[in-house]
Amino acid sequence: MLSIKNLHAAIEGSPILNGINLEIKPGEVHAIMGPNGSGKSTLASVLAGREEYEVTEGSVTFKGKDILELSPEDRAREGVFLAFQYPVEIPGVSSTNFLRTAVNQVREYRGESPLDAVKFLSLMKEKMKLVEIDQKLLSRALNEGFSGGEKKKNEIFQMAMLEPSLSILDETDSGLDIDALKVVANGVNQLKSKDNATIVVTHYQRLLDYIVPDYVHVLYKGKIVKSGTKELALELEAKGYDWIKDELSGATV
Amino acid sequence: MTLSTKKDHKLVELFLSKQADLNDSNPFKELKTEAKSSLNATGFPTLKEEEYKYTNITKRVIDKIENYSSPQSIDNLAEIIKNNQLINTLDGYTLVRNNGLFDPSLSNYKDAAFSVKPFSELDEEQASEIGSIETIDKDAFTALNAYCFESGIRIDIPDGLIIEKPIVVVDFVNTDATGQCVQPRAFYHAGKNSQATVIEITVYLNESTVFLNEVAEWNVEDNAHIRHYKLQDGHKSELGVSNTGTEIARDATFTSVLLSLSGEMLRNNLSLNINASNCVGNMYGLYLLNGKTHVDNHTNVDHKMPHSESNELYKGILTDHSRGVFNGKIFVRQDAQKTNAFQQNNNILLSEDATLNTKPQLEIWADDVKCSHGCTTGQLDEEALFYLRARGIGKKSAKSLLLYAFAGEVLDHITNESFKNYCEKIVHERLGGSH
Repeated sequence: MLSIKNLHAAIEGSPILNGINLEIKPGEVHAIMGPNGSGKSTLASVLAGREEYEVTEGSVTFKGKDILELSPEDRAREGVFLAFQYPVEIPGVSSTNFLRTAVNQVREYRGESPLDAVKFLSLMKEKMKLVEIDQKLLSRALNEGFSGGEKKKNEIFQMAMLEPSLSILDETDSGLDIDALKVVANGVNQLKSKDNATIVVTHYQRLLDYIVPDYVHVLYKGKIVKSGTKELALELEAKGYDWIKDELSGATV
Repeated sequence: MTLSTKKDHKLVELFLSKQADLNDSNPFKELKTEAKSSLNATGFPTLKEEEYKYTNITKRVIDKIENYSSPQSIDNLAEIIKNNQLINTLDGYTLVRNNGLFDPSLSNYKDAAFSVKPFSELDEEQASEIGSIETIDKDAFTALNAYCFESGIRIDIPDGLIIEKPIVVVDFVNTDATGQCVQPRAFYHAGKNSQATVIEITVYLNESTVFLNEVAEWNVEDNAHIRHYKLQDGHKSELGVSNTGTEIARDATFTSVLLSLSGEMLRNNLSLNINASNCVGNMYGLYLLNGKTHVDNHTNVDHKMPHSESNELYKGILTDHSRGVFNGKIFVRQDAQKTNAFQQNNNILLSEDATLNTKPQLEIWADDVKCSHGCTTGQLDEEALFYLRARGIGKKSAKSLLLYAFAGEVLDHITNESFKNYCEKIVHERLGGSH
């Protein structure tokens, strides 16, 4: 489904990603871990099409298409979803109007007819249950005045509405208490299917107790330096990242 | 001599060469004579004058206007009015000015419980109040209007009258290719405990160069509640100056919403005199500027007594080579303790060639007040734009959504549903969205 080959990316001339290789198949959950500044969020941003990052080398194909050529909106329409680390507050844009515009533009791209108000609302009601989001929140402006937990729930709610084939959760767990974390993870788990895949970018192993990954990759200095199964995450949790750094520096000496 | 360098006298000569009616029988003879000597003494502002330092409307008028008299009245207006969609939608009391002059026969206020009179029908006391609020010393263009106006319209809302339907004042303007001047004038008197909504619109029948120099005066009495909406959506060759003065008595509310959507150069002066306690003065403005449009909003709120409040929010979206100017003065006099005065001016510049000059001016003599002001000028929020696009919303729609959200904050202050819907629709179209 997603094939990242030798991906290099830079921001304002300074390289952040230095040759990432990653293959993701439908139905898989991949966790990307790593210390601060290792390039985790950059990878998520580059996949979603954030324009301030410049891809200097390598390729990313998604369902056979070169997505680096696509605008952020076309990537979303193709089925890539980024749950933001910091969801943006947009005063004056109602959550409902925003979502309806998004859903219908995605449908249009896929050659489907737009949802009318009634169908849209019933879809919303159905998906709201997944993340236990309060309807009152959705009558407000997008993310405006939402708590941290509400914003993250709203991200997963949007994901449920847009039904992406590849979801990238960028530190969706950071700042959440355990109750909110469970709700968010539960939502993600219910949306999992054999046809879609998830990339979980996280700093902490805690989330992976609830969203169990098939593979865990450790990102360091813009490269995947270690890959393994969920046991690797537990090892990282127990030992921290230093042993990986030591291992790497040992190898180069 | 320094005075003369700041002033332009050429325009005075051009206007005064057209003799106003200064006969003894004219009830406004005194006002007009004073206006004439005031113009002779002070001239028109140039860029050297602080209040007009960005807006050389004097020069534009000299350059573009060739005919300093007013145009003839328009024929066949009845048909045009009948087919005007906005007027029909508003379904209010329609007061028509035909090239600046009030035309009762084209107007529709027969079942109104308030009084509408052309200046020619005013009694002595009513006539003496014309020019008493928006005085000729406030602005040269106010003096010019006082000298030039041929008639005007006076609306008196009796004490306690609550008018449900809006009063819609429509200016129909049709000038010829020589560039003419239209100088409408109105006086509104809202009696105690009265309530009304006044909507002012201008309909241009062609796109000839025109100079529209309007004056409106408002006497808002105790506990009256007035909402005043004005839509400036003319054409690219329109030069305009609008002077609005208000006197606000105790417990009264005056709310102004001004939308400036086109024109060559517009200057709007709005002043609220808050003369008593428990008053509310609201000033909201939205300007969407493109091409070479230049819009200058000067507002002035003067708090003279304690326990009143004023709220001001002007927002602008500027693109191409347009220019916006905002100047907001707030005076809080020594007696005006416990005043709350808030002012905001926020702008989005969509092109590198658009310019905005903004200046808050607060002068506070009282020591127990809450006043705040802020201005922002920036570009569209890139982070918000990316967020919307990352959800599959195309760049153009995403921009339109964000701009509309920005503008919507001003439109939300329009409470008349029909007018609000109309304004939302045209603003939406202007910002590239479909409604």
